Amino acid sequence: MTIFRRIANLFSRSRVDREIEAEIQSHIELRTEDNVTAGMSPAEARREALLRFGSPTAMRERTASVDVALNLEGIWSDLLYAARQLRRSPGFTITAVLTLALAIGANAVVFSIMNAFLLRPLNVPHAESLYGIWRTSTNDMAQSYPDYLDFRDRNRSFESLAAYSVTAAGLDTGQEPSRVWIEEASGNYFDALELQPYLGRMFHSADEHGADSAPFIVLTYAYWHSHFQDDRGVIGRVVRLNSHPFTILGVAQPGFAGTIAFFHPDLFIPIVNHPMFGYDDLYARGDRSIFMTLGHLKPGVTPAQAAADLNSIGAYLETTYPKDDPGMKFVLARPGLYGDYVSRPLWAFMSGLMLLSGLILLAACANLGGLFAARAADRAREVALRLALGSSRKRILRGLFTEAFLLSLLGGTVGLAGSVALLHGLSAWQPVARWPVQMSVNPDVNVYLVALLLALVSGALFGVVPVAQVLRTNPYEVVKGSTAVAKRGRFGLRLTVRDVLLVVQIALCAVLVTSSIVAVRGLGHSLHNNFGFAVQNTLLAEADVAMAGYRGDKVPPLQKRMIETVKAIPGVESVGLADQVPLGDAQPDSPVFHDNTADLKPSSAAGDVLMFKVSPEYFHAAGTALLSGRVFTWQDEKDKVLVAVVNREFSHRIFGSESAAMGGYFKMPDGKRIQVVGIAEDGKYGSLTEDPKPAMFLPILQWPSAPAYLVVRSSSDPVLLGSAIRSRLHELDAGLPIYIQTRFQSLDSTLLGPRMATLALGVLGVIGAMLSITGIFGMAAYSVSKRLRELGIRIALGAKRTELLQAALGRALKLLAIGSIGGLVLGVLASRVLASIVSQASARDPLVLSGVILVMASLGLVATWIPAQRALAVDPVRLLREE
Amino acid sequence: MARNDFQGSLDLLVLKTLAQRSSLHGYGISLHIQRASEDLLRVEEGSLYPALHRMELSKWISSEWALTETNRKAKYYKLTAVGRKQLHEAEESFDQLVRGVHAMLRYA
Repeated sequence: MTIFRRIANLFSRSRVDREIEAEIQSHIELRTEDNVTAGMSPAEARREALLRFGSPTAMRERTASVDVALNLEGIWSDLLYAARQLRRSPGFTITAVLTLALAIGANAVVFSIMNAFLLRPLNVPHAESLYGIWRTSTNDMAQSYPDYLDFRDRNRSFESLAAYSVTAAGLDTGQEPSRVWIEEASGNYFDALELQPYLGRMFHSADEHGADSAPFIVLTYAYWHSHFQDDRGVIGRVVRLNSHPFTILGVAQPGFAGTIAFFHPDLFIPIVNHPMFGYDDLYARGDRSIFMTLGHLKPGVTPAQAAADLNSIGAYLETTYPKDDPGMKFVLARPGLYGDYVSRPLWAFMSGLMLLSGLILLAACANLGGLFAARAADRAREVALRLALGSSRKRILRGLFTEAFLLSLLGGTVGLAGSVALLHGLSAWQPVARWPVQMSVNPDVNVYLVALLLALVSGALFGVVPVAQVLRTNPYEVVKGSTAVAKRGRFGLRLTVRDVLLVVQIALCAVLVTSSIVAVRGLGHSLHNNFGFAVQNTLLAEADVAMAGYRGDKVPPLQKRMIETVKAIPGVESVGLADQVPLGDAQPDSPVFHDNTADLKPSSAAGDVLMFKVSPEYFHAAGTALLSGRVFTWQDEKDKVLVAVVNREFSHRIFGSESAAMGGYFKMPDGKRIQVVGIAEDGKYGSLTEDPKPAMFLPILQWPSAPAYLVVRSSSDPVLLGSAIRSRLHELDAGLPIYIQTRFQSLDSTLLGPRMATLALGVLGVIGAMLSITGIFGMAAYSVSKRLRELGIRIALGAKRTELLQAALGRALKLLAIGSIGGLVLGVLASRVLASIVSQASARDPLVLSGVILVMASLGLVATWIPAQRALAVDPVRLLREE
Repeated sequence: MARNDFQGSLDLLVLKTLAQRSSLHGYGISLHIQRASEDLLRVEEGSLYPALHRMELSKWISSEWALTETNRKAKYYKLTAVGRKQLHEAEESFDQLVRGVHAMLRYA
């Protein structure tokens, strides 16, 4: 109980103080009275009383100090003192807080990403017992629907086994039809995951009565919020999905966004309605269209037991359906990050990042330690005086630590605030506009705790640096005025651990600066490359006519009318159609065979070739140059000779030369013979850094596809055409969702890697620069303050400003030079690695070299500016008089 | 062994004083000790008030503000039950100390 009273006393301190004061007063008055009675004059009596009493203030403090054994008030006064000290040197405070904010902020960001993805990937109840089925022969989680049904009904390990696949569809709510991302889920999906609705109801197994029997929709909270404006009246509303009527049953809970991290679907429908969306047969046992099968293990069942159970079912399926179900061996895997597929590289990447940010924090602490040491040296006289006047070393150290913790908490708060803002931005960010890819990385309590812990640990780390200095302080020596003489080694440059650390930091900073300049230059270059298609003045309008209910023979005529309609818009030069575009989101490929190959088994294929199904005018619209031969015509129809335009790489790989390829034949896996009628230039298809790949273009009339891109080439800025294209196409069919983006925007996903790499390097470069600045600043400030007297004498003896600066800052600048050169060399070497992410990244570029030198030099200038000013402002007269 | 430093002795003197005189202010306590010891013991004000404060926190004594005979406000201290027990212990341990010291002196 006493501790509460003490704390209470702390707040009522003034009351206790007043009481003691009054008691002392009354004592003095009583004695004065007695003295007067004894015959003294009143003044004399009072003087004697006061004299006998000693200092009332000291008395009061001693009396009160009985109560503060806990030193609570002492800490408060230390805190006030530390805050005053920090306010007196704003430069130091701002530098320290910013450094710490960056370092702790970086750690908080990395940790919350790790926390969000790896520690709590799925927001469902009892996630710890949730497992997916991983097929080892194909290394994925795909199943066919009939196989899933067998697993669901025959297993004895799962509470309830659910399944889902992912698809896109057109949603028509009576206004503008739009594309949505859908999870087609088994009827028991929500029950297996133990999910409750936010509004209305979920669908259940009981809703399924065979194919197309359950036209129901459950919306995710996010989609309901953004597209239905939180309208509670949506329950029971009928909307159209791919022009089929569906009823909205309910809305899922706010936190739930599907069962795989990153990919946030818009809505859920029962998988039995799959025939309305896919062309494939849901009930074909060989067609593994299900993306993932998952469920909660029964209590007491281990993953190994469950795998054995699944494998025995697998063995049964393998013998029953030998043609469709080979290699039915399974293990259990965590669903949220698709087993090890995402989580392993992510772990590696995040561990690397965590290590890096940890090092950043450590370096920041070392630098701040240096700054603190410099401050302690500056305050050596003050410390010595306090020691001489009877302050204990413990008390002085406590003051220093209070300062360190105050700084680290300030820095931690600023850093955390920054990282929270950044993380909110990151959570809302859609890196690829077309896909519902999102990262929910909003920080939680764990993140705040980690940040607090990091702040305290770093405060202790850099607070401890000047301790030895204080303990060593000999008040007599310092007050007498002799300063320690810096010891020097054989080479006049005694390397301390701190020096080495500083050089490493500077080198690291130079590496990062080099790489980020290289990356920025490379990124700039790569956008002006020849991709094998034009980026300027081109628009992609994506339309899957199946979303408006068109199937089979109805598809090609509609697509032809779409091309003609868009071509009639003023400003449009040409319009092509393609099922996929180069550097788009998918690169379908197919094995091809030499014409004389009889046995068309995969091992005898001539090569795997990228495959694009395009309309006649595609080549012109896309800006892909034809080297020889002809493009397609609208006469290249289904019943005519099968033809192809191949790229140069294809002709060299499969035929040996372009002349051999022209007019030659090759075979598809199903035995169809195709004649080469034209040769196109090579291009980039999958990534900007890939080597030339063989590719073939096939006429879309011979290989129809409902999902397709209209490639629109215009004579002017294509952005202005967007609304015209949309409205004209809606005149053809108002229920057709259209997604329009410029060709440049469509490269977002391709450029994501290089851009992220450049951004990350840039951010790290800024942090590195900040660290270098504080490091150099700390060191320079320390050496200037240590050598003030020497500098004063030099000035008195007539040294020039340059000599003075040389003496004061030579060492710091020498370290800067060593570190920068080392870093530049390393950076040039590292940019080869970079070249695999960012195309055309090369450090052999005068701009890069001069850029790095300029950046490092200005870092040095910024960091040494204040110490240099101080060295130049030394007043020899004042300094020498202080002796 | 009982605590027998000076502080212990001051506590004993104060407690004894308050046991003899039901209620007294600080100045009065110092006067009483001085007179009762025939000027042999003189309590330093610098030690008295911290000791009083400490004993009050330990609940050996309680205090209240009252007026003196000359109409001045002063803080009057009183012995509590705990204090009475403490006084008893202190007296015993002091006796022990005195006997011990005496024995030592005789032996030497």
